[in-house]
Amino acid sequence: MSVVETKAERAAGWNRPPAVEPEGEGELLEVAMGPHHPSTHGVFRMDVALDGERVVRLKPVFGYLHRNHEKIAEGASYLASMPYTDRLDYFCSLTNNWAYALAVEKLAGQEVPERAEYIRVILAELTRIQNHASTIGFLLQEMGASGTPLMYAFREREKILDLFESLTGSRMMCNYMRFGGCRVDLSAAWLEATKKVVAGLPAFVDEFEALLTGNEILMARCQGVGVLKPDLAVNASISGPMLRASGVNYDIRKVDHYGIYDRFRFRVPLGDHGDVYDRYMVRVLEMRESIGILNQALQEIPAGPIMDAKAKLRGFRPKPGEAYGRIEAPKGELGFYLISDGSPNPYRYRVRPPSLINLTVLEDMCLGHNVADVVLIFGSVDIVLGEVDR
Amino acid sequence: MAVEKELKIELGKQGIFVTTIEELYNWGRRSSVWPMQFGLACCAIEMIATTMARYDLARFGAEVFRPSPRQADLMIVSGTVTKKMAPQVVRLYNQMAEPKYVIAMGACAISGGPFKQGYNVLKGIDRYIPVDVHIPGCPPRPEALIQAFMTLQKKIDGQPLTGEGRPRYLDADAQCEFPVPEQGAHDLEPPSNRGVWPVEIQGRGSRD
Repeated sequence: MSVVETKAERAAGWNRPPAVEPEGEGELLEVAMGPHHPSTHGVFRMDVALDGERVVRLKPVFGYLHRNHEKIAEGASYLASMPYTDRLDYFCSLTNNWAYALAVEKLAGQEVPERAEYIRVILAELTRIQNHASTIGFLLQEMGASGTPLMYAFREREKILDLFESLTGSRMMCNYMRFGGCRVDLSAAWLEATKKVVAGLPAFVDEFEALLTGNEILMARCQGVGVLKPDLAVNASISGPMLRASGVNYDIRKVDHYGIYDRFRFRVPLGDHGDVYDRYMVRVLEMRESIGILNQALQEIPAGPIMDAKAKLRGFRPKPGEAYGRIEAPKGELGFYLISDGSPNPYRYRVRPPSLINLTVLEDMCLGHNVADVVLIFGSVDIVLGEVDR
Repeated sequence: MAVEKELKIELGKQGIFVTTIEELYNWGRRSSVWPMQFGLACCAIEMIATTMARYDLARFGAEVFRPSPRQADLMIVSGTVTKKMAPQVVRLYNQMAEPKYVIAMGACAISGGPFKQGYNVLKGIDRYIPVDVHIPGCPPRPEALIQAFMTLQKKIDGQPLTGEGRPRYLDADAQCEFPVPEQGAHDLEPPSNRGVWPVEIQGRGSRD
């Protein structure tokens, strides 16, 4: 990856930052940050060229966690890929399940019963809250706030994981959704427990905000750092909180009308500046909107079946064709593209991972900043390596 | 000379504390095992959860996660080791100072786990470095990591300082560093470290 702007890029109107020229003379210092680096969220390498403390070139190196997810899925039956999707973005296994189930339902033309749709919304929004809380915790950890914000986030996360565990049997790898519904029904006791946890969440967000939002150190470190311009964000296909922090109003829950999101009242938080602070703030506000959705869904959830009566789990062979199912995952647009040739396993299985695509603008955001800010900008992208390398 | 257990308890009641250098030394070692801050994949999240308030690994003297291998005693291989990452894992292990221990956390670190059929996934980190405790699970619960930790503590407690079975670093002939594998034409070269993995691995791209 070169920093130098090509003519084609300029002609295409890409709002790339100008190439950073090193000041003065002397050699650039090349540093390989990673794959073992305490702040790289796993095994990711950034080859950075430094002029003093300033970053003049940055090259991401992927592939340290490439686990052949797509190839394995093409050799396995449709249902057998469901547990593998848990391990894509291992913070949000339930939203991964949903995106995959949605793609297969489109391919096979299956309907989802209403109760199952509500269960999916409840689980997806719980996932979003625990993901955003943990992301902010890790971001603050990287900023040097060692411990406290992450401890707060994980305290709430454990409560949500308890709910997942009592419903699906697993804390992290839930493997819960099926084509045409969900695996097991939720009980009245589970709903009560969830209501109790959700009732406690606003106080948690308030506490989190009291600790962080107005914090002078956080503002000094985050504001104006790692600015992503809206037109570059759109051109580079950025999605999720990162895109909305740049001020682009694009939430797949609103534009794609998947599931039953039309029935809920919620707003889409937008940022003004597209810096690290806006990305933090958008995530906090999204947590609040998710709590609102949860309250509505928990009130309105109807009785009924949780599986499409016509759904077939064994011997499932969709007709030849192709389908793309996408949802607003906590990290951005998560899509599954499937081609069926009528056999029990997909002919082509492709994941559109938000983490990888959001990382493509890392260099543009980091150029000209100090090394310490690179760690911060990287943390604000919110990636999980299982999804980046697959 | 070991003191009889009953005698020790009786003396303890009288306010007399009797111990051996070995016991005291091992008690000190096992009570402050510092793990390396090193996560590979999904299991790393459960490892982080273990250090957080609910599971509180600090109770076992292991809350100090060190980013540098030079300051760490324990490597928790938490997640899938790919063939691109395996050389770095072995190199990190070599950089750790003795006494050093390894916990292989999760199905992937033990054997490749659900991703074993992949061409790019190492089928167990114990092919290259000696592993003290294996934890099955995908991912193992935090309680399982704590259990592994207590197993490791028992192992440290039982290590004599002299004679047979003494720790590696007290044995001048023992190997403490292991060759770092390199990416060959088809696979990692060598396919295993014969010092820790005595079975020969057949052919390239083998599935075992």
